[in-house]
Amino acid sequence: MELTGAQALVKSLEMQGTEVMFGLPGGAILPVYDPILDSPIRHILVRHEQGAGHMAEGYALATGRPGVAMVTSGPGATNIVTPLANAYMDSTPLIVITGQVATASIGTDAFQECDITGVTAGITKHNWLVTDAQDLPRIVAEAFHVATTGRPGPVLIDVPKDVSQSMMQWYWPSSVDDLDLPGYHPSKEVDPLGIAQAATLLAEARRPVLYVGGGVLKAHAHQALRALAEKLNVPVVTTLMARGAFPDSHPQHLGMPGMHGMYTAVTAMQQADLLVSLGARFDDRVTGKVDGFAPHAKVIHVDIDPAEHGKVRRPDLSLVGDAKEVIEALLGATSAPVEGQLDPWWDQLRQWQAQYPLYYDAPQEGQLLKPQSIVEALRDGSPEDTIVASGVGQHQMWASQYWRFNHPYTWINSGGAGTMGFAVPAAIGAKVGRPDRTVWAIDGDGCFQMTAQELVTARTEGIPVKIAILNNAYLGMVRQWQEMFYEERYSEVYLSPDLPNYVLWAEAMGCVGIKVEHPDDVEGAIAKANSINDRPVVLDFRTDASEKVFPMVASGTTNDEIVVHPTQGGRR
Amino acid sequence: MTPEPIERPEADEAHHHVLSVLVENKAGVLSRVAGLFSRRGFNIFSLAVAPTDRSHRFSRITIVVDAASAPLEQVVRQLDKLINVVAISHLNQHEVIERELLLATVVVTDTTSQEVIQLCSVFGAEVVDVGTGELTVVLAGHPDKVDGFEELLGRFVVTELHRTGLVALPKLSRSNAASTFPGSRD
Repeated sequence: MELTGAQALVKSLEMQGTEVMFGLPGGAILPVYDPILDSPIRHILVRHEQGAGHMAEGYALATGRPGVAMVTSGPGATNIVTPLANAYMDSTPLIVITGQVATASIGTDAFQECDITGVTAGITKHNWLVTDAQDLPRIVAEAFHVATTGRPGPVLIDVPKDVSQSMMQWYWPSSVDDLDLPGYHPSKEVDPLGIAQAATLLAEARRPVLYVGGGVLKAHAHQALRALAEKLNVPVVTTLMARGAFPDSHPQHLGMPGMHGMYTAVTAMQQADLLVSLGARFDDRVTGKVDGFAPHAKVIHVDIDPAEHGKVRRPDLSLVGDAKEVIEALLGATSAPVEGQLDPWWDQLRQWQAQYPLYYDAPQEGQLLKPQSIVEALRDGSPEDTIVASGVGQHQMWASQYWRFNHPYTWINSGGAGTMGFAVPAAIGAKVGRPDRTVWAIDGDGCFQMTAQELVTARTEGIPVKIAILNNAYLGMVRQWQEMFYEERYSEVYLSPDLPNYVLWAEAMGCVGIKVEHPDDVEGAIAKANSINDRPVVLDFRTDASEKVFPMVASGTTNDEIVVHPTQGGRR
Repeated sequence: MTPEPIERPEADEAHHHVLSVLVENKAGVLSRVAGLFSRRGFNIFSLAVAPTDRSHRFSRITIVVDAASAPLEQVVRQLDKLINVVAISHLNQHEVIERELLLATVVVTDTTSQEVIQLCSVFGAEVVDVGTGELTVVLAGHPDKVDGFEELLGRFVVTELHRTGLVALPKLSRSNAASTFPGSRD
């Protein structure tokens, strides 16, 4: 069967089971947009290419399937660089297809030419410049294979216009053996000797902690994790990337560690004699000052990426492998702890939890809304399996702290890259992947202004996401740092609560917009938003800019120097 | 027990590691390797690359890494994540055949030309081009030998001098010439 390169590309995406792609056409990708008309793949036309990338990420994070985005060359391609960098930091499987100028024009500074494989080499797991249409099915199959196996990540396929226009003889690689990837061997056998050593370390530990990262979700290991934690009666912390991997309602869960983590989660790691890192990477936001991180702990590092072992902290035991396989092997090799062995540890943990719970001061009459209370009201007023997306900043930390994540794949967030503007498009992508779920974006006013135009996409495509803006009229996290570390010298952080007028803006984009200023109106507005399912809803909550995120480990300090809420005593 | 800090040795010119990296011979591979070194903050002391087989499917890159810039284990494991990298060997200093090539153009007079030619014959170098008042000489040998030759050439007026950087292969069948790292495949 003879096909054009463009037809072969779209057919290859179909062969990979692609049900939806996010994109925006342009000159160099034009040939590929023609066969899309005849394809069962749903195409969602975004308003900015960054939106396409983040939607594909949101889709991937909510479904576990790779997200697919397609854009044109030059500025179309560079506009999707941020989502690629974001997906690379968070190991999200993403397939980005870019148009490219015709092969004969490459290197001539042609109209809308950009060396996008060069630009993205450092922020993709791999990328390809296709020079022959005959290679397209094989390269698409390679791209999906690379993006979804081992440590997942984003990939990019750059397709010159003449390649998509030329003819090829259709085929489909029937197995991995038909791929041309001599240097890629992602599967790692679990070392049985290492598992036995890990079981010994766990049996000897008096103050163990399971340090759970995003890799547990990538490996679909949440059930195995729960079984292991319960069998060993070991406390669990879940990083920002792992929220939902272990239920927040579980009594063994200490919550999120790190810069704005729970006091008990942070301090448990500091006092631990054994850290079992499962698909986590000792990120600086978790460790604080590395030299002072978990100083008494032996470390068992479980990660599928060999390069993560010893990158930040030299492990005492290194287990390279898939988190699920390793956890299941540990389940088989370990036995329940000796009766009472962990009692002193649990007593200590319970004492910390009682002493330093999450805390914020109740609002005084006439004050603006407390942002933490909005997250609580959203949580209590929405279905338990609601998917929550967030941007980056204070609202993100409050969302992670005050939501109760009891299901995996319900937290859609930009962790490693810290990409402001992530929430709206990511929520849209998540809703496309999980139309059965309520999807809330908890966003900041600064973030919302970066990517809000994608609500036009959401309304047009019938994707009823809900957005809660915690509108404190500031770039709040930067304001917090300027308050705490720059003597309250507020530099370029004020935004204005009314400009733009968020309600009018929402309505102009075909959404329902509601402004909420009074505590008495919070519950009703959330109930109304949850009842609307034919269009997106934007709630503009006017929140108190003086609220800061606590606990906090200041940059450059150790986790022992954690600062709790001033009412709880502040600096410890 | 305090955790063992990750060793970041002091800068030391003498501490170089030789990595022999088999890569797919595809467009952009060298830039991927070089890009990895720059973005991870690893320093390259020298780098040589050429196809290895007649089909030109693979190339071998010999990289001399400045060991002060990063733990070798991290360099190897990060390199191994590049999809186009097929195999990596760390070549042990004492168990390796190392060669480098030097080309130099030397200004000569009737008297000094004989001295240059004599120096060449001592080192096993060759005169490969002769011009008016100039000679171009070539030496292939162990980097130490090339260093010595270069130093002695410095007594003359050298107008051009190029060194290729190191290429290397493990010594054969006496002991473990190449040590393999977890995650690398060869």
